[in-house]
Amino acid sequence: MELVRLEDISLNLEGRQILRGLGLSVKAGTIHSVLGSNAAGKSTLAYVLMGCAGYRPQSGRIRLEGDDITELPISKRSQRGITLAWQEPARFEGLTVKDYISVGMKEKDEGLIKESLHEVLLEPTEYMNRVVDKTLSGGERKRIELAAVFAMKPKLAILDEPDSGIDILALDNIVNLIKRLKKQGTSVVLITHREEVSEIADITSLMCSGCIVKEGKPKEVGKYFKEKCLPCPTKIYPSFMDGKIKVPAK
Amino acid sequence: MMPDYELMLDAYSKAGGVPAVFKDSDVAHLVVHRNKVIGSHLIPGLVLTPKETETGVNIDFRVEKGVKIERPVHLCFGIIPKEGIQEINIKASVQDGAGVKLLAHCVFPNAVKVIHKMQADITIGDNAYYEYNEVHFHGDTGGVEVIPRARVKVGRHSRLVTNFSLVHGRVGTFDLDYDTEVLDDSVLEMTARVYGYGDDLIKIREAGRLIGANSRGLIKSRVAVKDNAQSEIINELTATAPHARGHVDCIEVIQGRARAQAIPIVNVTHELAKVTHEAAIGSVDKKQVETLMARGVEEEKAIDIVVSGLLK
Ligand SMILES: Nc1ncnc2c1ncn2[C@@H]1O[C@H](COP(=O)(O)OP(=O)(O)O)[C@@H](O)[C@H]1O
Ligand SMILES: [Mg+2]
Repeated sequence: MELVRLEDISLNLEGRQILRGLGLSVKAGTIHSVLGSNAAGKSTLAYVLMGCAGYRPQSGRIRLEGDDITELPISKRSQRGITLAWQEPARFEGLTVKDYISVGMKEKDEGLIKESLHEVLLEPTEYMNRVVDKTLSGGERKRIELAAVFAMKPKLAILDEPDSGIDILALDNIVNLIKRLKKQGTSVVLITHREEVSEIADITSLMCSGCIVKEGKPKEVGKYFKEKCLPCPTKIYPSFMDGKIKVPAK
Repeated sequence: MMPDYELMLDAYSKAGGVPAVFKDSDVAHLVVHRNKVIGSHLIPGLVLTPKETETGVNIDFRVEKGVKIERPVHLCFGIIPKEGIQEINIKASVQDGAGVKLLAHCVFPNAVKVIHKMQADITIGDNAYYEYNEVHFHGDTGGVEVIPRARVKVGRHSRLVTNFSLVHGRVGTFDLDYDTEVLDDSVLEMTARVYGYGDDLIKIREAGRLIGANSRGLIKSRVAVKDNAQSEIINELTATAPHARGHVDCIEVIQGRARAQAIPIVNVTHELAKVTHEAAIGSVDKKQVETLMARGVEEEKAIDIVVSGLLK
């Protein structure tokens, strides 16, 4: 069953076209990775899907379980089950980890807060009462962001580069968490620029120049990315080179 | 009608105070309503002598040499009726090797035309510490004028911490001026948190002079204003001695038609001294608000959470 569908999304920011007729369909119960080089437009896609201010597409529709949610603000989308873990999570003065995680929980359950911290290998007794401010390292902040998503039990979690700023040793843990999310019924849009992370997905969409240019088995798309995209000097999809936009046929 | 003392305690608990401390024989306290001392308790090593005047109270406060007061000293000042004036003059001395923490609650729950002035002259000796926390509880009528003044001299190897908080009820008119001077190896930390709305006027000047070698100073302001409220924050830090280090950190959040101004003044006159400053004025951070909205919180509530965190 289709959970989320983006149809022909175009977005201009400050006079530049960032997304160009982007199409994406995410099935319920799957991990769907979006793989692409730096500046391909992945974070922009995340903001458009979440409904962030300033990211209302100039054209195209967004559907959740068949309903058009293109006009809905962030809170309405999140109340319907979509959430986002930012690539660079915000910091908050005066807000404890415990309060931060519980913000998104339907029922405030201390047991679940602790469980979600355990999921990201943070010791609850040490972290619950810490403040989500500058005193946390970037990696700690990223983990808390993922813990908050875990505790929220959303229908769809958009994870923007959950592996960035996390050391290699902890990568396994993040991968396991993403699999746990799927097990608990959350579908995941997994945004990454690393094909080895992308490969844990059920399906991969390859993003380039603001467009999904390829979709398929994670291993195959990852191989293409490694062989074609990583060495590519322009990071512009060949059929966009003449300046015209031709969305490749699916 | 409840007597003043009961009414003061009632306002005191609304301000977050715990009235039980006034019954605790290990905790020193002083409760002043307008110009009347309505409760006090002393403990050994501490001098706390109030003298009633026509418009307020003059207080002699001293912590004897080497005495470290274990539990915070609780002060409560206030005016329960709609009108009145209260002038508190404090002469405080924390002698060498002594240490004390004060927690003052200032309550003006019904103020329509109330003036509260506080003038503190504080001397802190060597190897001493002094922490002063002041929490205000105002009603929602805005008819209060608060004018706190402090002049503090800090000796060597000592520590001065002040925390000022006015986030419950209308500010009214607020004009704070704290001026401090710090000698060698001592530490200064001043924080003010104020939330203004309606027609509130906020003026804060916090100044620190790091005149001793290796002294440290941090001046921090957190102010939120909405409606027609206005704020002006002057954070002044001067470093004139070798290895003196200071930092000014000011965040002001505005909503609606409110206006905010931040004036950091940084003076350094010694090549081995250093002072840094950061100031951010603007609407509530968009990313913070959207992060909370992405967890299902409505925008207005999200702004509330961000602002109250800042003022905590
Ligand atoms: N607010 C903006 N205004 C103009 N250009 C932007 C804005 N935000 C992002 N971009 C540009 O859009 C492109 C895609 O950015 P982004 O979505 O962050 O890419 P990715 O997440 O894939 O690295 C980049 O070229 C970036 O510079
Ligand atoms: Mg990105």
